[in-house]
Amino acid sequence: MKSRFKREKKEVLPNFWWEYQAKFSEEEPKEIEQTTFVLWDTETTGFNVTQDRILCIGAVKLLNGMLEVKNSFEVFLSQNYYDAETAKIHGILKKEKTTCLIELDALKQFLDYIGNAVLVGHHVLFDVNMINEALNRLGLPKLKNKTLDTSLLYKQTLLATSMLQKKEQYTLDELAEKFDISKKDRHTALGDALITAYAFMEILQRLKPKDIKELFKKQYPPRFSIW
Amino acid sequence: MKNTISERVADFLKDFPPFTNLTEDELLRLAFEVTILYKPNNGIIFSKDETPHEFFYVVHKGAVALTDKDAKHLTDICDEGDIFGLRPLVANENYQLDAIAHEESILYAIPFREFKPIALDNPLVGNFLIESFASNTRNPYSQKYRGSLYGVSNKEVVPPENRLLDFQKVSYSTDLVTCSENTKLNSLAHTMTDNHVGSILVIKKKLPVGIITDKDLRNKVLSGEVPITGTAKQVMTSPVITYPKDLTITQAQMAMMKSNISHLCLTEDGTPDTPVVGILSKHDVMVALGNNPAVLMRAIKRCNSTKELRAIRHGIMNLLRGYLEQNIPIRLVSKVISELKDAAIKQVITLVVASLESPPPVKFAWLSMGSQGRGEQLLNTDQDNAILFEDVPKAQLKKTSAFFQNLGELVTKELNTIGFEYCPAEMMASNPLWCHSLKEWKEVTNFWISNPGPDEVLLSSIFFDYNVTYGEKVLVDKLSNHIFEEVRKHPLFLTHLASGALQNPSPSGFFREFLVEQDGQHKDFFDLKQRVLMPMIDAARVLILSHNVKSINNTAERYEKLAELEPQNSELYLACSYASKALLKFRTIQGLQHNDSGRFIALDQLDKEEKIKLKRTFKTLKEIQELLQVRFQVKSFLG
Repeated sequence: MKSRFKREKKEVLPNFWWEYQAKFSEEEPKEIEQTTFVLWDTETTGFNVTQDRILCIGAVKLLNGMLEVKNSFEVFLSQNYYDAETAKIHGILKKEKTTCLIELDALKQFLDYIGNAVLVGHHVLFDVNMINEALNRLGLPKLKNKTLDTSLLYKQTLLATSMLQKKEQYTLDELAEKFDISKKDRHTALGDALITAYAFMEILQRLKPKDIKELFKKQYPPRFSIW
Repeated sequence: MKNTISERVADFLKDFPPFTNLTEDELLRLAFEVTILYKPNNGIIFSKDETPHEFFYVVHKGAVALTDKDAKHLTDICDEGDIFGLRPLVANENYQLDAIAHEESILYAIPFREFKPIALDNPLVGNFLIESFASNTRNPYSQKYRGSLYGVSNKEVVPPENRLLDFQKVSYSTDLVTCSENTKLNSLAHTMTDNHVGSILVIKKKLPVGIITDKDLRNKVLSGEVPITGTAKQVMTSPVITYPKDLTITQAQMAMMKSNISHLCLTEDGTPDTPVVGILSKHDVMVALGNNPAVLMRAIKRCNSTKELRAIRHGIMNLLRGYLEQNIPIRLVSKVISELKDAAIKQVITLVVASLESPPPVKFAWLSMGSQGRGEQLLNTDQDNAILFEDVPKAQLKKTSAFFQNLGELVTKELNTIGFEYCPAEMMASNPLWCHSLKEWKEVTNFWISNPGPDEVLLSSIFFDYNVTYGEKVLVDKLSNHIFEEVRKHPLFLTHLASGALQNPSPSGFFREFLVEQDGQHKDFFDLKQRVLMPMIDAARVLILSHNVKSINNTAERYEKLAELEPQNSELYLACSYASKALLKFRTIQGLQHNDSGRFIALDQLDKEEKIKLKRTFKTLKEIQELLQVRFQVKSFLG
C-alpha cells in the first residue's frame, strides 16, 4: 500500500498518464451502441506475468457495430528478454525488421489509443496483467479501463441444458470455428484482435443485453440457477 | 499505409471484380480506408429514398437482400464478394432499394471518395462499371451474373420469382467440354460421363466444327450405324448452330425450339468462324427460369462444391415461397422441400466422402434427426444428425470412431456453409455422443429406454425420429428393430415419454389469453415451437411407438395412421393431423415473412383470423393431451 501512495503523487507521473486518467472523468455511455470497445490482444514471450515480456500489441476499435481498418493499432516492442520456444507460435523474431518501439513509447501510444474505452479480449485478464506489470516497471499505476472477457461471455451464449457439457475454457480457435471466422491471421496480435472482434459481435447478437451494465453482469452469472 | 487487417481485406477483395484490376498498391491503400460492419439477421444497411452513404458495400460474409418495399419484391441476394449500393453514389441519387442483411453478415464499407480516383484512372475498372450499369447484368465478367453493382432496381429487371426473366441475359457455362475430330468414341463418352454433361463440342483450331449429344450417340452408335471404335467426326452433327453470347433467355428458348436442339454453342460474334466462349443447354435455361423442383433436384446432383449448393438453397426458398402463395397443400409442399433438402445433404456427404484420403473403413448411415427426420423442416433451421456405423472388432473401434467423427465434423461444417445452422446443443455427428457403432447405439438406446429420466426422454424424443439420409438402410433397420424390441420390454418407458409430451400444457391461459414468454430475448413473444408444435409432435411419437409402427416419421402422417388404427378416436386424430399441418404452415409463413426460424411470434402482429386459427389448434392439443394422460396414466408423474 505504501509504495502505491508514493507513486500516485502527481509530480512522479508523466504527462501522458494524466491525460489518460483525465479521460475517465467523462461520463460513460450507458447504451451498447454508444460505447467504444477496444478489442485487443498481446503477443508475449511466455505466460509468466513477471518474467515474460510483451512483443506486440494489436487492437481495433468498435463503435456501433463498425470497425475502421485505418483506426487500428499495432506496435511491436523491442525487448531484451526472449524465448525461442514461443517464437514458434507468434513468429516474431528478436531482430525483426519491423520498427520496434521501446516499452515506454509503446505503452504511451497504447494508453492514448484506448482512452476510457471498454477493453475486450479473449482471456483479457492475462493481457491486462501483462500491461499492468509493464506499467509497474515504469513506475506507473494500473490500467483503469473496464474489461470484458469473450471466453466468459461465449459460455453464456451456450444453451443451459444438461445435455451439453460445457467446458471450463473455450479457446479463441474454438470460437473462430463456431462462428466460422477465418483463422488466417491467428497468432498475430492484430489478427487475433480482429477475430475477437468478430466473435464479440456475434456474442452480442446472441446475448442481446439491453445496456452496458447488463453486459458486464453477464460475464459472471449466478452460480446456482433456480429451476 | 497498411496493417495486418488491411492486408487481409485486400487479400479478400483481390479475387472479385472490379478489384481484380487494381494493383497491389492501390488495393492496399483502398483496403486501409475500409470500415468493417457487422449486421445481424434482418439488420438494415440502407433504406429506399435515403440519401446515399459515403460508402458502397462488399459482402465479406453472409448475404444481403435487396428489396423493393413498395413492390414487395426481392430483387436480388448478394453473396460473398458481391458489391451493392454503388450506383446511387455514381449517379448521385437516393437509394432506390432497401438493403437488409439476409443472414448475419460482415460487410466491407468502401469510401467512394477513395474509390472514385481509382475508377477514373483505371480504364478496366471504369469499363466494368459502365458495362454493369448499361447491361443491367450485375457482373458482366462472370457467367453466373452475381455481384450486384447497383443499389437500384431497373424497371426492366424483373424479380426471379415472377418467372418473367424473358429478357434477362442467359448465364451459360464457360467450362467447355471438348474433343477433337479424331477423338475415339469411347474416350469422349468417358469425358462426358466424368463431366456430367449431355453434349461435347468438337473443336478444330479453336473453332467449333461439330457437336455430339447423347442423342447422337444413341442414334448413330447404338443403332450400329457407326462402330464403337469410330471417331468423333463420324458421329458429330455439323455444322454447329452458333449464337452470339449476349442472348436473352427468350431468344435462347426460341433458338432451341426453332432448330429442335438442346444445346446452343455461343461464340465470340455469333458465327462459327470465331472461338467458342460457352455452351448453353436446355438445362441452363430451365435453371434460369428456376422454380421447378425437378430442375433444382438435377442441379443439386450436379453440384461439385458446397458453394454452388448454397446458391441452390436460395432457389429452394423461392420455390417454397411460391408454393405457399399458391396455397398448395402443405403436405405436398413439405414432401417436395424435404426431398430437396435431403438431396442437398446427401450431395454434401457424397462430396465430402469423395474428398477423403481413404474411403470409409466400414459401412455407415447418416441419420437426420428432429424436424428433418420427420420431413417437417421447411425453413432453414438447425441441423440435428448422427452417424451409425457397422460393428468392428474391439481393437479397431477407436480408430473407426475417430474416422467417422472426423467425417461428421467435415460434413456438419459444410452443411453450415450451405445454411444449416449448427445445433446449439451439439446434437450433431461431429459430437462423439452422436457418432456410434451399431452395438454402441444399441447400448445407448437401451440405457435411455430402461432409465427414462427427463434427459433420456428428451434425447430419445429427438433421436427416435431419425431418418436415413445417406448410407446403409439395413444397418438402421437393425437398430430400429432393436429399439422396438426394447420398448416392448419396458412399458414404463412409454409412460415417461408421454409425461414428457405433457410437460407443456396447452397454451391457452385462464382468460383464454395466449401465454407469452416471461423473460429472455424473446420476452412477450409466443413460442410456437415449444408450446404447440413440440407437444403435438411428442404426442404423435408416443402413440405411434405404442402401436409398434415403424417408418412413419411425419407427424401429420402419424396421426392419419393412428386414425386408421383406432377408428373409435379417428375424429380426434384427424383433427390432430389437420392441426399439425396448419401449425407447420403457420410457422413457415411466419418464418418467411420475418426471415427467421418462425419459432417466436409477435402476437400483436397477428390478425384476428390467424389468432382464431391458432387457438383452434390449442383445443385439439388439449384433447390429445388428455387422451395421453388417461391412456398412459401419467397423472402421478406430473405431481
